[in-house]
Formats: sequence, C-alpha cells, structure tokens
Amino acid sequence: MRLEYFQLIDRIETMDAQGGTIVCRATIPTESTVFEGHFPGHPLMPGVLLLECMAQTGGHMILARNNYDKMAFLAQADRAKFRSFIVPGDVLDVHSKLTHEGSGYAVCEARILKDGKTVADAEIRYRVLPFPSPELREKMLEFVRSVGHTGVA
Amino acid sequence: MSDTFDAIADIIAETCNIERDTITPESHSIDDLGIDSLDFLDVTFAIDKKFGIKMPVEAWMKEVNEGRASTEDYFIMANLAAKIDELRAAKA
Repeated sequence: MRLEYFQLIDRIETMDAQGGTIVCRATIPTESTVFEGHFPGHPLMPGVLLLECMAQTGGHMILARNNYDKMAFLAQADRAKFRSFIVPGDVLDVHSKLTHEGSGYAVCEARILKDGKTVADAEIRYRVLPFPSPELREKMLEFVRSVGHTGVA
Repeated sequence: MSDTFDAIADIIAETCNIERDTITPESHSIDDLGIDSLDFLDVTFAIDKKFGIKMPVEAWMKEVNEGRASTEDYFIMANLAAKIDELRAAKA
C-alpha cells in the first residue's frame, strides 16, 4: 500500500471477472505521514481510506470485466461501516462482489477482513466510463500488472 | 396514467426528494425536475432493480449526442415510462 500515491491495494489475490468477484491484499504501512495527523500518538487508518481501499478493489474487477477499455469512478458509497480500528502494520483482505451492472454504472458489495473478521463494509457504486485519456489507461494497466493480475498483457 | 409511470414517479420522488404531486407525465426529468447525474444514477439503479431490466442509458445518450434523438424522447416522464414498458416487454 502506498498511501501517498493513493495505491490502496498491494496485490490481487483472486479475481473472477465474469463471476464478478475479487479479493485483494492490502497491508497498512507501518509509517506514513498520514498517521502523523490521524492521529498524533494514536495512529489509525482513516475510515475514508478504508472506503477507498474497498472502492479500488471492486474497481479492478470492473476494469477487467470491461477488458480495460473503461474506467470505474467512485460515485456513491452507502451503508459504510467501520467496525474496528485498523492500525499500521495490519494485513487486510478486501473482498468485493458485483451485485448489479447497469448501463454506465456498476454496484458492488465490499468488505474488509482482518484475521477472518469483517472490519469494514459498504455498498459502492461506480460510474463506468470510457477512459478519458490514453495516459490514464496506460497507468492503470501498469498498476494492474504490478499488483499481480496475469490477465493483462 | 400507466402503472409504470406511477412506479418511476414514486422512485424519483423518494430518491430525489421531490414532491410526488409535482411529477407529471409531461415532466422532463432533467429540465423540469432538476435530477442531476448522480441522482439519475440512483433512479436508474432503482428502476433496473424494480423491473429486472437494464435501461440502456449510454445508448440513449449516444443517440442524443449524435443528434439522432432528443432528450425529450427519453427523459419526458411519459416517454421514459413507454421505453421502460418496451424493455419489459422485450424481456418477457
């Protein structure tokens, strides 16, 4: 996880793009400037970044379903719950499951597990749009290759 | 008024916090009711779920952007209800 670059997952563990499921691994860094402010003397992973972590996980699956021709943009989060404190060094498994695919949008149920226990969950909606620039598409493909999705040439 | 119109008017009223009585078959969902793109995404999701369809909003917008249709064709409430009925019939 590279918090400062907004890369909230480390690798794709399993993905069934057609079936609409994905699991990613995310390890909270032991040090980050984020923790200097959140909070001084009591470092906690911000809930908003856990939400982003869930959004990125589902986003990778949506990209794969669309053959990396479309980008998934976070549009809405419902029923987001942060059930436990997440601290530097925690190792998380982030699950996302597609529950609806509409025209130009998609909906996923996501949850984060730590040691097998759900620590956060949310329903996340995405706008699914053609990549607005070739540079963004190439950067996304670069990142996807780096996190272990072998289906990307 | 059709059952479909009533159903989508109820969805819009609840989703977008609009007085149900102000939504008529002649209302333009964007110009008159002021539904923004995020609320419209919500409305689309609710309609898709309720009727078990996939409203082809991308294809509709493509037609509008290419000048082959007007927004009124799809976003006047009565027309939207008719399009949804067509999608339901095609699915049956």
